[in-house]
Amino acid sequence: MTTHYLILSGLLFAIGAIGVLTRRNAIVVFMCVELMLNACNLAFVTFARQVGNLEGQIIAFFVMVVAAAEVVVGLAIIVTIFRTRRSASVDDVNLLKY
Amino acid sequence: MGETITFWVLAVISVGAALGMVFNRKAVYSALMLGTVMLCLAVLYAVQEAPFLAAVQIIVYTGAVMMLFLFVLMLVGVDSSDSLVETLRGQRFWAAIAGLGFAALIVLAVGNAVFSTQAGLAAATAQGGYIRSIALLLFTKYVFAFEITSALLITAALGAMVLAHREREEKKVTQKEQSRARFLGDRPSPLPGPGTYARNNAIDMPALLPDGSVAESSVNRYIARYDVERGLLPEDPKLAEAIKHRAEEESK
Amino acid sequence: MESPAEIIQHTAGGAIGLSWLMIVLPLLGALILLVLNRRTDRWGHLLGVAMSLASFVVAVLAFVELLGLGEAERRQAVHLYEFIPGMVDMGLLIDPLSISFALLITGVGSLIHIYSIGYMSHDPDRRRFFAYLNLFVAAMLLLVLSDNYVGLFIGWEGVGLASYLLIGFWQFKPSAAVAAKKAFVVNRVGDLGLLVGMFIVWTSFGTLAFADLGTKVGTASDGTLTAIGLLFLLGACGKSAQLPLQSWLLDAMEGPTPVSALIHAATMVTAGVYLVVRSGGFFFPEGSPQALAVAIVGAATLLAGAIIGCAKDDIKKGLAGSTMSQIGYMMLGAGLGPVGYAFAIGHLITHGFFKANMFLGAGSVMHGMNDEVNMRKYGGLRKHMPITFVTFLVGYLAIIGFPLLSGYFTKDGIIETAVHHQPVLGWLAVLGAGLTGFYMSRMVFMTFFGEKRWDKDAHPHESPAVMTWPLIILSIGSLFLGGYLILSNRLMLWLSPAVGRPEVLPEFHFLSTPGLATLGLVAVGAAFAWMRYGRATVPVVAPRGSFLTTFARRDLYGDAINESLLMRPGQWLTRFAVYFDNRGIDGLVNGLAAGIGGSSGRLRRLQTGFARTYALSILIGAALVTGALLLVGNI
Repeated sequence: MTTHYLILSGLLFAIGAIGVLTRRNAIVVFMCVELMLNACNLAFVTFARQVGNLEGQIIAFFVMVVAAAEVVVGLAIIVTIFRTRRSASVDDVNLLKY
Repeated sequence: MGETITFWVLAVISVGAALGMVFNRKAVYSALMLGTVMLCLAVLYAVQEAPFLAAVQIIVYTGAVMMLFLFVLMLVGVDSSDSLVETLRGQRFWAAIAGLGFAALIVLAVGNAVFSTQAGLAAATAQGGYIRSIALLLFTKYVFAFEITSALLITAALGAMVLAHREREEKKVTQKEQSRARFLGDRPSPLPGPGTYARNNAIDMPALLPDGSVAESSVNRYIARYDVERGLLPEDPKLAEAIKHRAEEESK
Repeated sequence: MESPAEIIQHTAGGAIGLSWLMIVLPLLGALILLVLNRRTDRWGHLLGVAMSLASFVVAVLAFVELLGLGEAERRQAVHLYEFIPGMVDMGLLIDPLSISFALLITGVGSLIHIYSIGYMSHDPDRRRFFAYLNLFVAAMLLLVLSDNYVGLFIGWEGVGLASYLLIGFWQFKPSAAVAAKKAFVVNRVGDLGLLVGMFIVWTSFGTLAFADLGTKVGTASDGTLTAIGLLFLLGACGKSAQLPLQSWLLDAMEGPTPVSALIHAATMVTAGVYLVVRSGGFFFPEGSPQALAVAIVGAATLLAGAIIGCAKDDIKKGLAGSTMSQIGYMMLGAGLGPVGYAFAIGHLITHGFFKANMFLGAGSVMHGMNDEVNMRKYGGLRKHMPITFVTFLVGYLAIIGFPLLSGYFTKDGIIETAVHHQPVLGWLAVLGAGLTGFYMSRMVFMTFFGEKRWDKDAHPHESPAVMTWPLIILSIGSLFLGGYLILSNRLMLWLSPAVGRPEVLPEFHFLSTPGLATLGLVAVGAAFAWMRYGRATVPVVAPRGSFLTTFARRDLYGDAINESLLMRPGQWLTRFAVYFDNRGIDGLVNGLAAGIGGSSGRLRRLQTGFARTYALSILIGAALVTGALLLVGNI
């Protein structure tokens, strides 16, 4: 069963990555990032059971905490940007370049 | 056997939902799809002897984080949907290549790996049960990281407040000033309510004044515009005229 | 032959022990004059003269003390200090050779100092002039008194510096500045020879002190000695304006006339002769190829200088050609070995007198003729400058070898010895003597005889006493010094502790074949000059003249040869180097920079500012790393 879980995790991760690369709405990009994090968590939990060790679950727990903090700050940034530029597109924020 | 069935059902649902999230134009739908994936994952956690994580997943992710997403979507505008035209040349093609390639590599790696039979968490949770074991790890071995996460959360909360805060640039208008402005303006009295003298009591029906004329200001401008846009105008030409007029006022 | 005496360490004090004062006093004078600058304008020239005279007094005292010693003790080394610890001790060597030079330098030098008071009286920078003169005297004394090649070389460079400063004394004249530069550069070529020679001496013998070399020199092979000798000869050629490094001397006449008299006639240009004679016992053994080379160079130069002298209308350049020629005689003498050393040094000393005398006389003429140097604008000056005329006449008679005058003895000594040892070179020297008779007579006739060809505003007058008295003293030396030194081999015996002497002392024949031939040719030359320049009218503008005249006027095309052989290839080389530097090296560096800049400019475009592009590259990178890990098989 471990293999199945891990492949599911990898698929979700890849889907999230493709979403990050193709979507332009910053919020959706953020959701895709969350999806990737969740995929990782699934792998952690799977391995925890595979090796009979609770530490994988602990790590997954910490990932959730960090993800929560990240979402809070990230969404605040998106709101701030939207407030000044009237846009939530990641492509519009491209002044930092050559 | 039960686990296998559960897995396959949930796997199909979660992959489908994930794809839906990526390919849906509307951000709100994407958020709901993500919620679906998260719930599926919560069940899978529970199946994999991680009930605590399953609970946290539902409470923190599906409950808090997703609500936050939706909340921000409301702020930014629910209606807005992405354009499907890709502006960066080759981005989609290479994203597909890289993403699928990565997935293929993962599948290849995991497929090639030979796993022994699952150890299960029975041994790890033998002393005092599952929740006790988790707590034991969290508050002994990982207590330092745990405390640091509290600092992280406080910092994040502070950062969010700082980022979202907007400095008031003009003086706050007091009630006294508002009242004075009202009495100095055209209409000291409140606006007439809609539908008061109407044949049907609806908020998009303008009120009729005692002399039978239509009170345009009794209809909310946004509602008037909504009616015009959806073609929901009343049959009475006088009323329709008033609503159209009101909508034009709004669009000015 | 008898070898030189041993050098013994001087322990007692006395004048020899204080001989370092000879160098220090004029150096101090130069230092004071240069440091105090304009504050010494009023008395600076007096200080310069005083320092030079004081140095002369020390030299005389040392000379007297040396005379009082036995012949075997006449080489006294005075240790001063450790110059380079364990390698070079700085010390002075007081022996007959060096003290003779010291007497000549300080004696003639003092006279020229005195003369310069008058000659430079109108120059606002007279004080600076005396500072440089003092510097020169100090450096020249260091050159001849040092008991090792290092000190000699320091003095050698010091006189080069003083020569440079004094030739370019009127540096506001572009010609003077260029002449100074030329002298400096040409001298560097010779100095390089001397320096490399010294390197070889050091590596071969591990010492540069004369005292140690005497015993060690026998250990070296003939090839080494020849290499050292030829390199030293190159140095001597540079300093003494011998072929092929002669070109700077004629231009050096741009300096004030006292400079020409002191540095470019009497002393510095004879440093090459000193070097050869001083090194003679070590590196120029009799009959060796390098000694023959010295003699050949001398013979060639004496002819070249004489030919140049025949065609020059500039009185100072004529004298410069003559100087080249006379130093050629000295080199010829020095190349003949110990038998010629005494005559070479004797001619050097008498030449120092009569040539300084004539240069100062020429300066006196110029002083009276508004600094005109063109002899075609002189004429008939004997009545207006009687003292100058008489003294110049004495110098003239001395240089052409008029019987019983100084030059007669010393020059005939060289010629006779040369005819005896190197017949071909000897007869060339006889020919040169005839040429000398011609060009010197031409000079005298054009200057002091004939009709007046002066410019309108010229008012010739005799020079003040401060200038004529040195002339008189020098002319007395020109009259009698030669006879005193050569007859009964006084100089040879006196010098023998320093340079050795032949077994059989030569006798001076008054009526030898070469001597008579010389006299006859000189007479023919003088008569020819009388016909051309005494009796006939001298045109004020020089006629075009034959091919030979042009050849001589152009300094035997020395400058042209230097230009086409050295300067132009050098310029081509530098041009190529510049081209190579610009295109090759700079091209490489700039091209590299431009390449990096260009490629960076293109790479810069990767920074699009689109976060999604960056994310894509991250994902591709992650995929590649995963793929690599899979391939390696560690996953």
